[in-house]
Amino acid sequence: MSNEAAVAHVHRDDEGSKMGMWLFLFTELLLFGGMFILYASYRFMYPDNFKVAAMRLDTLIGAVNTILLLTSSLTVVLAITALRRNQKTFSLYLLGFTVVAGGAFLVNKFFEWSAKIHHGIYPKGPEMANLSDGESVFYGLYYVMTGLHALHIIVGLAFIIFMMVFIARGKQTGDNCQKLENAGLYWHLVDIIWIFLFPLFYLIH
Amino acid sequence: MSDNTNTHTHEHPGYGLYILVWAGLVGLTTITVALAGFNLASLTVVVAMAIAVIKSLLVTNYFMHVRTDSAVFKIFIFVCLAIFLTMIVLTFFDLTYRFPLK
Repeated sequence: MSNEAAVAHVHRDDEGSKMGMWLFLFTELLLFGGMFILYASYRFMYPDNFKVAAMRLDTLIGAVNTILLLTSSLTVVLAITALRRNQKTFSLYLLGFTVVAGGAFLVNKFFEWSAKIHHGIYPKGPEMANLSDGESVFYGLYYVMTGLHALHIIVGLAFIIFMMVFIARGKQTGDNCQKLENAGLYWHLVDIIWIFLFPLFYLIH
Repeated sequence: MSDNTNTHTHEHPGYGLYILVWAGLVGLTTITVALAGFNLASLTVVVAMAIAVIKSLLVTNYFMHVRTDSAVFKIFIFVCLAIFLTMIVLTFFDLTYRFPLK
């Protein structure tokens, strides 16, 4: 009897796991939230300088990256649905697409930053000295906020790649996929942060 | 069997709904980019933020499944957002006092 009970008892609490993930996401919200408040304060102080500085960001790259992230979020949620329907291979393909889209986002970001650095716009860079206070604050916030966001993309991609290994090895299945769900929650949060970063940095006119 | 391992009793939406939500998100992105070309003066930020809020509501409710989550999660998220919004509103009171809008 006691032996049977021990076998039948699965130590798993999906609801608790999800709640833990959400609690972590709240701390992420406050981390980025503090920066958004900082951004708002400086934009209040230097509204005109922010407009001038934002003109030099490439709206097209920003828009392409937005679409990439939205699509990668879609494929994560589709992958969870696929796994629930026991379509393991399809689920892995969808997650593979997410990884490719996330990677493409980072490549775009690399070229974007490279172009700015090439023009001497970086902390203590030659062009920075010619800029007004507001513009240099704008670029400071731009590097910190998009940089921290890119760091989250890297972590999210690693998280998803781990989940792909788990699915391939049968450790995450249609009946047992809370870890994959949590990876999805993280990825969607990173997507939401970008939804706010994009208009605030690229679309001021 | 513990109740906790049996949380997925509700129906899960199919692929179609998610693709529809994604289309909506892409559409809203197009609208924000297009609107940025117009001069809406001080309304520009408000409109852009309103669209961003709608987009994040779509992501949380559908992609993050909050819509079908139990009430505990909804209350949790609501309280967290309420605290965050209070911080933002209080900061803005201070900012508008120091730097009146033109």
